[in-house]
Amino acid sequence: MTVLVVGAGPAGIHAASSAAGVGADVVLVDSASRPGGQYHRQPSDAPRTGALAVVDHPRVKWMPETWVWAVERTDQGFRLHAQVGPADAPGRPCIALDGEALVLAMGAYDRVLPFPGWDLPGVYTAGAAQAMAKGQRVAVGRNVVVSGTGPFLLPVAESLLGVGARVRGVLEAGSPVRWALQPWLLRGSLGKIGELAHYAKVLSTGKVPYRTRSAVVAAHGADRVESVTVARLNHDWTVASGSEQQVEVDAVAVGYGFTPQLELAIALGCRIQRALDDSDVVVVGRDQATSVPGVFAAGEITAVAGADAAAAEGVLAGLSAAQSIGSSIVDKQVSLIRRKVLRKRDFARALAAVHPVRSGWQSWLVDTTLVCRCEEVSLSAVRSAVVERGAAGMRALKLLCRVGLGPCQGRICGRNVAELTGLPDIPKRPIASPIRLGDLASEPDGSGG
Amino acid sequence: MAYPDVVVVGGGVVGAACAEALTRHGVRVRVCDRGAPAAATTGSGEGNLLVSDKEPGPELNLARASCRRWPRLLAELVDEIGPSLADAEWEPKGGLVVATDETAAAPLLALAERQRVAGVEAVVTTDVRGLEPHLAPSVAAAVHYPEDAQLQPVLATSALLAAVRRRGSEVCAGVEVLGVHRGSRVTSVRTKNGDLPCGAVVNACGPWSGRFAEIAGSSLPVEPRRGLVLVTAPLPPQTVRHKVYDADYVGTVASGSADLVTSAVVESTRSGTVLVGSSRQRVGFHESIEVRVLRALARKALALFPVLRGVPAMRAYGGFRPYTPDHLPVIGADPAVPGLWHATGHEGAGIGLAPATGQLVAELMTGAEPHVDPAPFRVDRPALQGRALECA
Amino acid sequence: MRVIVDGQAVTAERGQTVAAVLMGHGRTSWRITRHGGRPRGLFCGIGVCFDCLVIVNGIPDVRACQRVVVDGDDIRTQYGAELPEAGT
Ligand SMILES: Cc1cc2nc3c(=O)[nH]c(=O)nc-3n(C[C@H](O)[C@H](O)[C@H](O)COP(=O)(O)OP(=O)(O)OC[C@H]3O[C@@H](n4cnc5c(N)ncnc54)[C@H](O)[C@@H]3O)c2cc1C
Ligand SMILES: Cc1cc2nc3c(=O)[nH]c(=O)nc-3n(C[C@H](O)[C@H](O)[C@H](O)COP(=O)(O)OP(=O)(O)OC[C@H]3O[C@@H](n4cnc5c(N)ncnc54)[C@H](O)[C@@H]3O)c2cc1C
Ligand code: FES
Repeated sequence: MTVLVVGAGPAGIHAASSAAGVGADVVLVDSASRPGGQYHRQPSDAPRTGALAVVDHPRVKWMPETWVWAVERTDQGFRLHAQVGPADAPGRPCIALDGEALVLAMGAYDRVLPFPGWDLPGVYTAGAAQAMAKGQRVAVGRNVVVSGTGPFLLPVAESLLGVGARVRGVLEAGSPVRWALQPWLLRGSLGKIGELAHYAKVLSTGKVPYRTRSAVVAAHGADRVESVTVARLNHDWTVASGSEQQVEVDAVAVGYGFTPQLELAIALGCRIQRALDDSDVVVVGRDQATSVPGVFAAGEITAVAGADAAAAEGVLAGLSAAQSIGSSIVDKQVSLIRRKVLRKRDFARALAAVHPVRSGWQSWLVDTTLVCRCEEVSLSAVRSAVVERGAAGMRALKLLCRVGLGPCQGRICGRNVAELTGLPDIPKRPIASPIRLGDLASEPDGSGG
Repeated sequence: MAYPDVVVVGGGVVGAACAEALTRHGVRVRVCDRGAPAAATTGSGEGNLLVSDKEPGPELNLARASCRRWPRLLAELVDEIGPSLADAEWEPKGGLVVATDETAAAPLLALAERQRVAGVEAVVTTDVRGLEPHLAPSVAAAVHYPEDAQLQPVLATSALLAAVRRRGSEVCAGVEVLGVHRGSRVTSVRTKNGDLPCGAVVNACGPWSGRFAEIAGSSLPVEPRRGLVLVTAPLPPQTVRHKVYDADYVGTVASGSADLVTSAVVESTRSGTVLVGSSRQRVGFHESIEVRVLRALARKALALFPVLRGVPAMRAYGGFRPYTPDHLPVIGADPAVPGLWHATGHEGAGIGLAPATGQLVAELMTGAEPHVDPAPFRVDRPALQGRALECA
Repeated sequence: MRVIVDGQAVTAERGQTVAAVLMGHGRTSWRITRHGGRPRGLFCGIGVCFDCLVIVNGIPDVRACQRVVVDGDDIRTQYGAELPEAGT
């Protein structure tokens, strides 16, 4: 009896460790070559300490560089279809991993709102700036502005400073005055008061101005970003007229919250719901069980709430998954962790309430602004598909103007297009990671459900 | 509010083509789709307009009429709705049917001969690599069909519906037709927004036509036949030039098997992606995308185009073809329920057959001379009788 | 270790991604889009946006932010849609 865990971020490693801790055999897979996910990202030569040591647990089979591209139900449980080896290389072996219980912990990626020039090289997601700094010791620019909403902007600024970038400012589009006024929401959660004080110090030492109600609303340059327009925002995030300022930078890091990676959950038929931050998340019950028996979910895919919350959910999901295949667990252990998870969920709710994305961003765009980066579909092309061609659903819209049909499969533009058009998007992507046809053809017979 | 003469139920390519033809004949229509028009089966179609895969007979006649009609229809719409709305990426790219071994070669050549007798341009070619430079070298026989063409089904449907609107008729998204009221004949349809009086109802519900026939007081053995398509990352133009498929496809289409049958069907789209089909399976309305089907599609496509080996598949999707037991569409009035009409059951050829279907419905309804013989498609033909509706 | 970037040998370190190598050598873009001819490079940094596609050892559509370099890798700018090199 095996528990399969997809994703080795805080949620996945804690799920693997708690399941193995109560006697279950665990297979832990991640496309990365190191465990840790987005939070514990480290250079490749860093030692594996703390929670990351789970990969050395005797009952945990750790499978790095393992890209799950599809999942199916089988008579006994679940089957992951994966490829093992360097990213996007052809000829990587195709494997099928079977288990009786499944923990999904695929995490999330940054949400970026479009603005004129956001497709210029030099505009990055906040997470990209973070990942390059933490994992590769590379500063995405020498002269960087950080823009978006939410507490995540602060560690990004810190990491940029840490790799020698000059941070010209952290622009928070919302009004974190409310954030600061609601410390009770934060107690015992990721955004501890102490943490805020820490970041205040980091910013002041680095001489980084922190501005609220402002954002980068345009980027300029020929082949790369040379400058940006920074503006004050009204309450609804439209630009306060006359407030625009041109600032010379060579990079922008942008993040407006996160979007959970749901493809495997959707492929399995797990129930999905709209969370308060308007992202779609996997619905879980008290024990992290999804609507599909045997499938558990943890971390950012159930609600965007940070690494601590992901870890707590991971512990619970691992225990529940192990229990579902016969491991016995101690109830006291569970009720403690359950309480912790509930607190984290409160925090997620608070986070969403304090950092809403307001619709005024739509006024930053001009007709020629690309909404879909992959297929290079402009705002006016999307509008005309709706107005002139009468697109009344997302699928029709996609096929009428090709928005969301490129290699990223709408991961980046999907939510933005849904908000621009009012047409809901269900991110169905049965192929979760591209597979080359030759490799697909070589999948062993009988490995399909 | 002006009531429509006819309610067309279903805004897929077939419903849209019926509405276009009816409004062209001066009939006022209302198209009601419970979801978004063109978003169901039509949104899964690959957009091939084929004569090549059809045996001489009624479907081939309908297909030839339809293939001729599409470009003319789109050209006529240019004046009415403008060139950009009327652009449906129509491309007379031609089809190439390939037999990969000697056992498949003889039946292919024999079919081509029968089609030639029926007037189809079917050219046995020896210069396959001239037509398709990336095709596998191991080709036993190949037939080129210049009449085969391609268009983008959702663009085409939206163009038809734009014309319908332009002519003053309405297209309603998100309106499910829940029932049909009738005395001696149909008097109105029931929707969640109330009853909508009308003189006739056209059932263009695609794979759901059997269900709709039932709520309208009749029955129709239309069932869903699942098909999956693999989509590659964008490739350079001209990598795959024609619609290319394996000669065994014809047998696959004609089979009535409920089990999985697959055959290689490969074509590029204007956006650069290559679509790899095709699979046929009768699994009800089960939406899953099975890896074994995707694997089979990949294997067969590579046998035709080894160049695709290193190309990523980035997406897969599925749809439900509206299947009838004798593989022929159902077009015409339902004798059991006066005022109820059907335009459905086009299985894997509805995009190609839509304009002639619409035209035929309009001709029959307005008493004009039909441009193709309607008898083989009639609702009360023996092949449709006495079959239970398995998947309703 | 050394890798080749658009024909020129450059140094790289073990564990670096292709994107890190390119950016470390001052590149911000290594792909040209197929419609607008626009330059693209890193965007999401974690493998979801597919903006950073590049050709590695003759194979196009490789995510530079995900691919870890190996000594001798031949890295080339990707112009629009390209086919894998024959024989690869
Ligand atoms: C780029 C980025 C950087 C971030 N940096 C920080 C930070 O520095 N500090 C902080 O507090 N928060 C950070 N966050 C927020 C972060 O999401 C959470 O704090 C935390 O990492 C969430 O944990 P998780 O386990 O839910 O997901 P993640 O940590 O995101 O882990 C998910 C894992 O699943 C793997 N995975 C997903 N799909 C597949 C698949 N199909 N096959 C195989 N593997 C798969 C991924 O490779 C990943 O390792 C970052 C987020 C992003 C997007
Ligand atoms: C994978 C695949 C590939 C294909 N490739 C091709 C091809 O290359 N060439 C080709 O010619 N054909 C192809 N086809 C077949 C073609 O797509 C269909 O024959 C055609 O789309 C059928 O159109 P339709 O309008 O009858 O059905 P649909 O497009 O399904 O339209 C029916 C509409 O009715 C609506 N509806 C149903 N019930 C109700 C109700 N009670 N009230 C209101 N609305 C209702 C639905 O919402 C739907 O929009 C393919 C099909 C598949 C699945
Ligand atoms: S930067 Fe987004 S996939 Fe590499």
